[in-house]
Amino acid sequence: MFKSIAVRVSQGSQFIPDPRQASPTGFRGRPLIGAADCATDCAACVAACPTAAITLNPVAIDLGRCVLCGDCEPACPSARISFGNDVCMAATDRHKLTVSQSRPELDPIKVNEALRQRFGRSLKLRSVSAGGCNGCELEVNALTNVNFDIGRYGIDIVASPRHADGLVLTGPITRNMAQALQLCWDGMPEPKLVIAVGACAISGSPFEGSSAIDRSFLGRFAPTLYVPGCPPHPLTFVRGVLDLLGIAG
Amino acid sequence: MGPAKSVVMALTHDVQPVGLADWAAACAQALAAGERLLTLFGRREGDEGVLTTAVFVRSEASDRDESRLNVLRGRGRRGDAFASLTATYPAAQMFERELWEQTGLQPTGHPWLKPVRFEGARQQHMTDYPFFSVRGQDVHEVGVGPIHASVIEPGHFRFMCHGEQVHHLEIQLGYQHRGVEALLLQRPAAALGSLVESIAGDSSIAYAWGYCAALEALAGVTVGFEAERVRGVALELERVAMHLAGLTGLATDIAFLQGGATYGRLRTAIINAIMRVCGSRFGRGWLRPGGVRFGLTPGLRHDLLTTLAAFSKDIGQVNELMLGARSVRSRFQGVGTVSRQAAQELGLVGLAARASGVVFDTRASLPGRLYATHPVDVLHEDSGDCWARLKLRMREIDESVRWIREVLEAPQGELAQGNLVPLGPLWPDTLCVSVREGFRGPVVQALETAADGSLLHYKVQDPSLPNWFGLALAVRNNEISDFPICNKSFDLSYCGNDL
Repeated sequence: MFKSIAVRVSQGSQFIPDPRQASPTGFRGRPLIGAADCATDCAACVAACPTAAITLNPVAIDLGRCVLCGDCEPACPSARISFGNDVCMAATDRHKLTVSQSRPELDPIKVNEALRQRFGRSLKLRSVSAGGCNGCELEVNALTNVNFDIGRYGIDIVASPRHADGLVLTGPITRNMAQALQLCWDGMPEPKLVIAVGACAISGSPFEGSSAIDRSFLGRFAPTLYVPGCPPHPLTFVRGVLDLLGIAG
Repeated sequence: MGPAKSVVMALTHDVQPVGLADWAAACAQALAAGERLLTLFGRREGDEGVLTTAVFVRSEASDRDESRLNVLRGRGRRGDAFASLTATYPAAQMFERELWEQTGLQPTGHPWLKPVRFEGARQQHMTDYPFFSVRGQDVHEVGVGPIHASVIEPGHFRFMCHGEQVHHLEIQLGYQHRGVEALLLQRPAAALGSLVESIAGDSSIAYAWGYCAALEALAGVTVGFEAERVRGVALELERVAMHLAGLTGLATDIAFLQGGATYGRLRTAIINAIMRVCGSRFGRGWLRPGGVRFGLTPGLRHDLLTTLAAFSKDIGQVNELMLGARSVRSRFQGVGTVSRQAAQELGLVGLAARASGVVFDTRASLPGRLYATHPVDVLHEDSGDCWARLKLRMREIDESVRWIREVLEAPQGELAQGNLVPLGPLWPDTLCVSVREGFRGPVVQALETAADGSLLHYKVQDPSLPNWFGLALAVRNNEISDFPICNKSFDLSYCGNDL
């Protein structure tokens, strides 16, 4: 009893009061592309990128592919690429996940009125890992810990697809999981949405081109929300969902 | 001669392959001599050829020099048979299954040749191979997965029960198979950092270190001792963070909610400290071939020491609360027991083995310069049950924290180096095996180069591969309701198994 109280006192208050104001120290988040000119015919960043996330003329980084490893930063002779600690990287449109010098930030997520009405006070999510390396899975788990505590917004992870409004998809979607993923989706009642979490789920990223991957599911059911990162910071997820559903902080 | 290294290199023409039968006999001889089987695998050679490799750790008694790893190679053709080692040495069972699945060699007499991960042509045919079945009155089967109730990787578990009692658990994995080993050969050897960190993403640092060490050895580069020390600190931070994830799960699974909440936020403190050093809560991008991208500046050293000081106090308190609670003891003690003999015979590794009294830790048996200078205290428990694995996680956290402090507070040696030694071309025709003791156990990576120095084969072996069968054994004669805590107490990797 006294031990329990002592642990409770040490625990103190751990929750992040307003996820929209939080700014994680040291996080290698949204890349910043500087104004300097590229050296002639230089493609060092493209060569250094393990997931073909960088394109040239002008330099642009696709956050749907980027694993935020930072290998491009030291490779660039003109020091054009650096990383800030911004977690705001979620988007509702796959084609708008790219940052460049002229478009340094992603568009703010617009509140989806229909979704807000339906799920703004209660969103139940079923997580399916389809080849996820346990990085994204641990960060999705962290959403419910005492720090991020998404339960306070009415967002919960549930066990049964029957209880779920949304599918949280992690991993590049392996062929061996394709059927189970489809069965889980079919078991969820309408209306329902897909949230693609992590570079693997969004684009296949490091596993793209593998013969063990089958991404046809996403061809049939486009995600409503894309949450980039490798793995994404829980705050990237929280802010994306709060903005999408118009939930106040 | 220095301390035994965790990397072994051999020119492939110096380890001449023998015939398959002779190779199997030599493997049996090594096992009979008490050597520990670290890995056993094969690769295709041309259309029909198969080259097999087995790596053993020589026992303490024969510790004379740096080469404590013993490499045996054999050559056969697809479809060839050899006498299975498994009948005499069950520790070989998983390796032989994988060898059969990947190369088509036939280990004659293997009791259970079931695909490990249903790769290649077997993809999406996961129901083709029959499960064990038990018949009789009051006998029933319960199938769980691949998708489980919580946020966890997929795998299928089939319980064969008699009344409440589990007779056997059959574990079927492969759902996570991403074709990692093939992908590792499609890109330049020096550019695999990110992919290697995603093989088992909760062990990014162990994998990255093993990969870097292998590549550096193949390129003939020695990284500075300061970089090794930073890598050591990184690995122990990962161990602390993941043992905390395990403790969170164990506490939550028995509805000991205060423990769950406290271990959860303690883990946050550790992984946020990792992030302040290298930008990622999982240590992604921290280690790269040639050194570390982020050194430990005096400021970061101070930051880590402060974090650990606050952490130590709080974790001691919650450990005491948890271990002192009668409800916790009664739930974990005597549940999911694996005897020392079973652990040894099955070749269990890492924490799962040490919790059953098998004292084996590659940081001690293959220490290299780092762990020879800063030795790790190898801990073990004897009871082999969930309680032992719970307690050992707590004790290993304490030991890791002690070790990190020792290194960070060591007066000599800089830790601030954040630059990378450039790597030249890799040695041609060379086999390099590297071992790193991750939080689950030894992560083994075997890289072989071709005549032009390019990678010919990249074999990955997660400690989960041999350990999954340990879980199956632990659940026997328990109840299905004991499975979640048994599973969590092993805390094995699905994608590390499935690759």
